[in-house]
Amino acid sequence: MPLLALSSISKRFGAHQALAEVSLAVEPGEVVAIIGRSGSGKSTLLRCINGLERPDSGTIEFDGRVFEPTPRRLKALRREIGIVFQSYNLFPHLCVERNITLGPTAAKGMKLTAARELARKVVRMVDLEDKIAAYPQQLSGGQQQRVAIARALAMEPRLMLFDEITAALDPELIGEVVRVLDRLARDGMTMVLVTHEMGFARRSADTIVFMHQGRIWEKGAPAKLFGAPVTAELASFIDAILSVDPSARRRVRTGMTFPCRRRSEFRQVHGNA
Amino acid sequence: MGRSFGIGEFLYLLKAIPWTLLLSLGALVGGGIVGLFIAILRIAPSRPLQWLAIGYIELFQGTPVLMQLFVTYYGLAVLFNLQVDAWPAVLLAFTLYSGAFLGEIWRGSIQAIPRPQWEAAECLSLSFPKQLWYVILPQAARISIPPTVGFAVQLIKSTSIAAIIGFVELTRAGQLMTNATFRPMIVYPIVAALYFILCWPLSLLAQTLERRIDATLGIKQHF
Repeated sequence: MPLLALSSISKRFGAHQALAEVSLAVEPGEVVAIIGRSGSGKSTLLRCINGLERPDSGTIEFDGRVFEPTPRRLKALRREIGIVFQSYNLFPHLCVERNITLGPTAAKGMKLTAARELARKVVRMVDLEDKIAAYPQQLSGGQQQRVAIARALAMEPRLMLFDEITAALDPELIGEVVRVLDRLARDGMTMVLVTHEMGFARRSADTIVFMHQGRIWEKGAPAKLFGAPVTAELASFIDAILSVDPSARRRVRTGMTFPCRRRSEFRQVHGNA
Repeated sequence: MGRSFGIGEFLYLLKAIPWTLLLSLGALVGGGIVGLFIAILRIAPSRPLQWLAIGYIELFQGTPVLMQLFVTYYGLAVLFNLQVDAWPAVLLAFTLYSGAFLGEIWRGSIQAIPRPQWEAAECLSLSFPKQLWYVILPQAARISIPPTVGFAVQLIKSTSIAAIIGFVELTRAGQLMTNATFRPMIVYPIVAALYFILCWPLSLLAQTLERRIDATLGIKQHF
């Protein structure tokens, strides 16, 4: 049984049809990467999944239960589904530890001591043990984004959503965030990502979803989609990405995210691929 | 001729200062409570509550504080058929007046916090009151300090209007001394100077805070 099942989700903003009859099932442990041009409905789809946007029609089932947007159900849903945003959205007045413990203590009623224990665990997962007392503005973009991931993980969600989380980062900081994503994927977290990181999509995703004009245009395993796109729209999208960034060609081919200087570094990141 | 303006008359003016301060402080505290309430109603996810808050703000910002004072003073007397002292009437009037202005200042500070901060809190499964309490209000409070101190300065000066219904604060004391000494050009400059001494440190404080918060506020990076 799929963990998440969307059937015929439609959403309209004024005259703009953001989503048109989108259906998608996500199995437990599956990593789904959503790609597509800006304005194709990727982020809207993600925001519908955790109730930040309400679809005009269609149903969302999580864990076999049809989701109704009552405040109580929304609160419950958000304990199960974590989200990380492009702009980090950390709380600037709180230190890293409190950013992380706020959800578990204030929303789930966890004791502060237990929550701090949990915070130490999740910052270790994102390699930021030494920054636990820092404030967000003292951290680099990549570090802030990893804290945001840790904050979402501290809710112990069963599904994680990532909304273009590397899009606001300087190129040299993307690697450290993608490494965390890779690790999560390997550890069996169910993930739905909107991403422009074709290397990651190729390497860690089980399923690629290509969205165009609010519809799922093409869907399948990475090798199939990148290797032999069926539709002209996907082919031209892949071409467009490659022409902007020629080194992406190799990344799409090899699944490498960023240039590694040493073979050992490559292994450390990707295993003996 | 009346008496001359000497040390005794000056001391009489000084003794009125606590009443000006007490009225300002009382209005600030009372208005703070009303204002916080109004600010939260103003942003509450309910249209009727928002309209209620807007109505309150428009009423008290759109009418002269002097009229509010008259209506409270005479209104209390007429409504409850009792002759009220000046003190409760002026305190009530300035509390209601401050509530509207502080509510609007704080509403602005709350709305200056970027929308994604609400969403991030919401996505951590926090309820609306908890989003407000843990995430939004602490950040909004820092932004609101300079305009709030600025309003306090305005309020201290506005309390001079209470003189009209006979409440003896600094301005009323000045009027009484003028009547007794016939020396308006000695008394009123002194009264003005005393107001200045009360307000100037607050103005300085507001400027300092503004500079400090501009320099340190991390949320400026977000948008």
